[in-house]
Amino acid sequence: MKDSLRKSNKRKDFLKSLCFLCPSLLGVGVFFILPFGVVVYYSLIDGPASKKFVMFDNFVRLFHNSAFRLAAKNTLTFSLMAVPLAVILAMVLALMLESRIPLKSQFRTFFLSPMMVPVASVVLIWQVLFNYNGTINELFLFGGNKIDWLQSDYAQIVVLLLFLWKNLGYFMILFMAGLANIPKELLEVADVEGASEAYKFFAIKLRYLSPTVLFVTILSLINSFKVFREVYLLAGAYPYDPLYTLQHFMNNTFGSMDYQKLSAAAVIMALVMVVIIALLFLAEDWFGKDVEG
Amino acid sequence: MKKKHYFGRATMFLLCAVFAVMFLLPTVLTISNSFMAESEIVSNYGMIFSTTTGGYVSKTVNLKFIPDKVTLDQYISGLIKTPDYLIKYWNSILLVLPIVIFQVAIASVAAYSFTRWRGKVRSGIFFFYVILMLMPYQVTLVPNYLVSQWLGIINTRWSIVLPGIFAPFSVFLLTKFMRRIPYSLIEAAKVDGAGEWQIFTRVCLPQCRSAIFSIAILVFIDYWNMVEQPLVLLKDADSQPLSVFLSSINTGEIGLAFAMATVYMIPSLLLFLYGEAYLVEGIATSGSVKG
Repeated sequence: MKDSLRKSNKRKDFLKSLCFLCPSLLGVGVFFILPFGVVVYYSLIDGPASKKFVMFDNFVRLFHNSAFRLAAKNTLTFSLMAVPLAVILAMVLALMLESRIPLKSQFRTFFLSPMMVPVASVVLIWQVLFNYNGTINELFLFGGNKIDWLQSDYAQIVVLLLFLWKNLGYFMILFMAGLANIPKELLEVADVEGASEAYKFFAIKLRYLSPTVLFVTILSLINSFKVFREVYLLAGAYPYDPLYTLQHFMNNTFGSMDYQKLSAAAVIMALVMVVIIALLFLAEDWFGKDVEG
Repeated sequence: MKKKHYFGRATMFLLCAVFAVMFLLPTVLTISNSFMAESEIVSNYGMIFSTTTGGYVSKTVNLKFIPDKVTLDQYISGLIKTPDYLIKYWNSILLVLPIVIFQVAIASVAAYSFTRWRGKVRSGIFFFYVILMLMPYQVTLVPNYLVSQWLGIINTRWSIVLPGIFAPFSVFLLTKFMRRIPYSLIEAAKVDGAGEWQIFTRVCLPQCRSAIFSIAILVFIDYWNMVEQPLVLLKDADSQPLSVFLSSINTGEIGLAFAMATVYMIPSLLLFLYGEAYLVEGIATSGSVKG
């Protein structure tokens, strides 16, 4: 009898929890899950009219598409530059703010402030800096040869600077939170034992920061996929080749209404993301045990 | 030994100062340039954004902090003489405010559910929310577009607002905040005979006030900055938010563009000045994907 009571309690709890969850769940179902199912379906058929299953034909077609390949390549090179830089610089900023210097809280405010400034508001300054007649050329005159940065092979660097400017503050706060979690006694013992700063960093801090390093890596990787916004505002819908992103590809494909191609691209992107996120979860488990144990 | 320590700190301070200048420069320049007269702007940046003729134009660009003469001309012409910018500004507000309010409201109920009851099904759903939250816009764009077509809301602001309301970010973050509330509080309310809804409104929500504020700030800046959604879902130029419209300002009106860029950053900068502590708390809490 007691057992059945517990069972009915459990069922009641389940129903109650569903009641609280249902507004959100309904919305997510209607606006994300359901249509994504349709997108998967679209990616497997050959056209909205004939609806014939063609398996992976759309994906093969996509991989042969030169615009898609360019976008994928650009995204990859950008991420390879942006992610390590973001992680290292954000960690450096957080460590700097840990040392005993005056105006620490002001510095934190300054480093975080770009996060609050809409990108659209500052692209003008970027254009002034990196134009052919711009300030950067003026100041550094690369071997006397001026270049129009956004129309050159270095175009990604311009976007990279904007990306770092915008994102470092957020990542820095994550690192500062990670640093605050390091047991003080450990560092004190290290001080008493006369450990060097370098030893303290590599043997203690970095070990405790490893989950944060991982999280920031993933987050900056994801944010580097979103860099279309910056590129669009700087260089428009049809930028110079190195700046062509996946989102450009999709926006421009919308013009031709090729749903099969669009859906295949979305599915591929989702698969890549799922793999990345799964790695994040696995590694977070692993590091969590390492630090606690 | 001590002297060496001192030297290290001085270098550190200098380094911080250099970084600080780089981080502040773009914002400060945008604001200070917005007070320059159009003629001064033309003479400084004419060779970059030139469509105008006449007047003195220097050969190279002139990045200047302090205007020769402070003027509010750009603001007057942008905000009073032509209604265009005000309409776009209003569009931004109409898109962002409902998203912030309703996303947080719906999320608070859902987060209560994730906090109060655990189980395989629910942690599965929570896991799914985290994945959805991390998806870049390229993935959700096509689904968004399809739903908007089915519901007949494409080219209206609902096609952005409705998916925005149900975006899982707030659910994720608020759940993490709520799980910090001591369980004994909820238990005590239960013993006193409070129903679930009462526990939620009388115990949980008051404890989460500052958390809700930090989440609202994060959601606000995310959507205030949006570009992708309106580009795809709003074909109509009149309904674009200012974040998109700013980039299409005629290059001949560069002074005006600086002024409108400044006006556009005011709400988020004010929020920042007022709520930096909340913002930092919100970011720090988002720092791991585990619930």
